[in-house]
Amino acid sequence: MANLTVLDFEKSIAELDQWLERLRDVSQDPKNPQNTPELSAQIVKLEQDRRAILQGVFSNLTPWDKVLLARHERRPYTLDYVNAIVDGFQELHGDRLFADDGAIVAGLGWIDLNRGHSDTSPQNGSSAGSNKVRVAIVGHQKGRDLKSRQHRNFGYARPEGYRKAGRVMKLAAKFNLPIITLVDTPGAAADVAADERGISEAIATSMFEMATLPVPIISIVIGEGGSGGALAIAVGDRVLMLEHSVYSVIAPEGCAAILWRDPERKADAASALNLTAQRAKELGIIDAIVPEPLGGAHRDWAAAAESLQLELVKHLKELQQLSGQQLVDGRYDRFKALGQFTGGE
Amino acid sequence: MPSDGWFRKKSRFSQVPAKTAAEVPEGVATKCGNCGRVIFTREFEKNFKVCLDCGHHHRLTADERIAYTVDADTFEPLWDDLKSVDPLKFPDYPAKLEKGRAATGLEDGFRAGLAKVGGIPIVIGVTDFRFVGGSLGSVGGEKILRAMEEGARLRRPVVLFTASGGARMFEGLLALMQMAKTSVAAARLAEAGIPYISVLTDPTTGGVLASYAMLGDIIFAEPGALIGFAGARVAAQVSVQKPPDGYQTAEWQLSRGQIDQVVGRRDLPATLSSILSLLGFVAETPDAQETQAEIPSEVSVG
Repeated sequence: MANLTVLDFEKSIAELDQWLERLRDVSQDPKNPQNTPELSAQIVKLEQDRRAILQGVFSNLTPWDKVLLARHERRPYTLDYVNAIVDGFQELHGDRLFADDGAIVAGLGWIDLNRGHSDTSPQNGSSAGSNKVRVAIVGHQKGRDLKSRQHRNFGYARPEGYRKAGRVMKLAAKFNLPIITLVDTPGAAADVAADERGISEAIATSMFEMATLPVPIISIVIGEGGSGGALAIAVGDRVLMLEHSVYSVIAPEGCAAILWRDPERKADAASALNLTAQRAKELGIIDAIVPEPLGGAHRDWAAAAESLQLELVKHLKELQQLSGQQLVDGRYDRFKALGQFTGGE
Repeated sequence: MPSDGWFRKKSRFSQVPAKTAAEVPEGVATKCGNCGRVIFTREFEKNFKVCLDCGHHHRLTADERIAYTVDADTFEPLWDDLKSVDPLKFPDYPAKLEKGRAATGLEDGFRAGLAKVGGIPIVIGVTDFRFVGGSLGSVGGEKILRAMEEGARLRRPVVLFTASGGARMFEGLLALMQMAKTSVAAARLAEAGIPYISVLTDPTTGGVLASYAMLGDIIFAEPGALIGFAGARVAAQVSVQKPPDGYQTAEWQLSRGQIDQVVGRRDLPATLSSILSLLGFVAETPDAQETQAEIPSEVSVG
């Protein structure tokens, strides 16, 4: 596969960025003869152009472009969001049965219900103090270099990962902590060893148990929502997607192989699968789309995390008003309503 | 997740090509898809479509499955009018649905209803693999949820038979969500304290295996059935270890602790009624409609 760091449709932006960087270097250097008053005007102009190009490119992304963005190797992963928005995170390891799966991280920490608001609208008066709540976090985790990618199994979670997730979610329910799940996986592990240790049972049981937990559950697809391996930790009261994330019943490559016996028609398959956040919202699968900074979450991790926290806090506050029974009943009704057919009156 | 296309080439259990019409007089004889033996169709059907020689369990239609499982004349279909639509305008889907309807005479491959096994009232659901590869779509998910709600309401055990390549790709995310829908339904049934028995038949894979199929209080499987998360070919590609002999068969899953019993088709009705009576459900006689076992009405689930 081509270098994912700069996607094809991002090339013009990357070139501009290189130019801008050089020009800024020059403008910082008072001794450089090219550092003229016109230069700073030029930089401002280029920055405006860059913004316009970004807006143009990112308002016309194809579903396949979204797949590439969702898989972008610079995109923030679960632990990047945890670092940005969770205080005092205590990671909890292992399923108590077999192993600790690096493809899923789980733990407890604090989220400040005021911070998301105060950062964006300091005038609303809530910026003064913090208002921290305890939460449990469960999310898929990918790696960034060879070693960590192997440790994270490229985000393909194994049975132990789902059982760890289930263990921590039940712990959260026991001590009345809301649960936040972050979804980012190409799919569940599909090798012989995963099968042998009950990957299917682990996924099914995770969904079954999430249905019974009497605490708020908010699930956010932050990157790749790959099929059952994603859904296994996304049976939430609220399900959200980041603007450029994808959520699909099958990878576009696999779909194209089945439909046309040609994996190269992945872009056509991506369109057919309706895997974007925008379509998922229209189909009623998700409740809201979390906006990403212009040009995608990988360009500005801090802004992406802030946007995520803002949306998270909003839903947390709403769900905190509900009793455990109301939450369980509402979750049941939410998933019961999904599906399209005729007849049956 | 796999759809029917995945099974066209690969299955180890149906590799022997069917005999051509010229070789076998139509209808009179049937050739075993596994060992190749030619059997009189009448005997083959009397033996529940299990080969008299090698014991190979051939795939059944939904109606055959019901006929071979429940007490005669006790099946009352429910929700047969639920009809799949094409919500995503997905390539080839309308044609697949038409083909499925023509092959089965059903609006969808999942059939549900009320029935009795050994006199014990149950809610039953079966999948017809001929309908878009038995894939789980919106209609299947809705019928499974309704079957489980009906089981809780009538306090009848729910028995579901699977035969599926997984979630129905042609319904995209809506199909994926049926995995969650059937799982939350199973959780609610469990809370009501009503047993759910899952019977895995050839083949059960992908999103169906990874949702309601694996959530039974009791899980049975038919001998030789292909049962696995991903296709064996995919698993072989991504595995460090070589797939072992018998990988993804019912017997292998039994040895890995994933299912309770491998039960032959002939024995299944008796096994089902035996288990259900052990779980506290008794046969209903025509004279004593009210003879129902004492079932705790409030059972809490951890």
